[in-house]
Amino acid sequence: MSESNQTNEAADATEWPLWEVFVRSKAGLDHKHCGSLHATDAKMAIQMARDVYTRRQEGSSVWVVRSDQIVASDPGDNEMYFDPAEDKVYRHLTFYELPKAVDHM
Amino acid sequence: MQPSIRVAPDPAVQYILRIGDTCLILGQRLGEWCGHAPVLEEDIAMANMALDLVGQARALLTRAGQMSGRGYDEDQLAYLRDERDYRNLTLVELPRGDFAFTVVRNAMIAGFLKHLWSRLLSSTDAELAGIAGKAIKEARYHQQHAADWIVRLGDGTDESRRRTEAALATAWLYMPEFFEADGVDDAAASSGLGPRWAELREPWLADMQAVLGEAGLALPAETAFRSTGKRGIHSEHMGYLLTQMQYLQRAYPGGQW
Repeated sequence: MSESNQTNEAADATEWPLWEVFVRSKAGLDHKHCGSLHATDAKMAIQMARDVYTRRQEGSSVWVVRSDQIVASDPGDNEMYFDPAEDKVYRHLTFYELPKAVDHM
Repeated sequence: MQPSIRVAPDPAVQYILRIGDTCLILGQRLGEWCGHAPVLEEDIAMANMALDLVGQARALLTRAGQMSGRGYDEDQLAYLRDERDYRNLTLVELPRGDFAFTVVRNAMIAGFLKHLWSRLLSSTDAELAGIAGKAIKEARYHQQHAADWIVRLGDGTDESRRRTEAALATAWLYMPEFFEADGVDDAAASSGLGPRWAELREPWLADMQAVLGEAGLALPAETAFRSTGKRGIHSEHMGYLLTQMQYLQRAYPGGQW
């Protein structure tokens, strides 16, 4: 595991931190990642997310998170992490016949 | 060239034009940041706010056109009047200046419009009350956006503080005009169209004091200078702004996208 955005001390001195933006299109749905932006602080990031990503009625709620706070899997681990799931189709529920009583699951 | 139109001196029409033209001209000035703002995100924010203001101006000019009884529409009123027939506050026609001046001006105007819209919610003119209901939400955001920037800049570096103080000193010269009383105000107050603008002074000043206090900036002293844009007598900058803003409709009458 490694951090997806390594903090670059030199860049931080002159550039505003990067934030990831998540927008919920309407109540009840998930917040979805929709992009990123630069802002000096959380309040500014929320305002800018509103201005940049919700100007066409895309959202009813906005989350922002500092990009350097996101921990991501290492692409070098992809074989070990994700390939083993390839031949385990039985993990999909399509193989089971449901009893009539729960037909609408 | 498309000739100019004149608007009746009816006080109710003048009252609405004062608000509509203030929105229109500030929208034009904010639009000048498009492609020039210090960062991409602010560029979009400025253009968003410019379009909010132009939207408010459209509704208000449409209403003024209906009330004037001459059948003028929003486009004719926006593009075919002469300088003396624009009734905006002088502050909004000043050149866009640096970013500090823009956010100081935005805070002053958005705060003013917010208090005005809140009173216009109960206007006897149902159309105007409806416009206020939509616009007050936009004004609240514009005020917050500008106020946050004043705090960041005032409480920021030596340069940002110096620029914000200079912007405040300039913009404040044009503040007394907001609250100057005259016959247009009196007529609106007695017909129930809207409040006397002098009544907005105290709540407006309280908002400004709160923001400037948080930014560590002093409230500037009021001077004797009185600007007169809302009576149609403008600064030297207005003519240049109108030349650019009106060019297309004057050169290509009725031109559309």
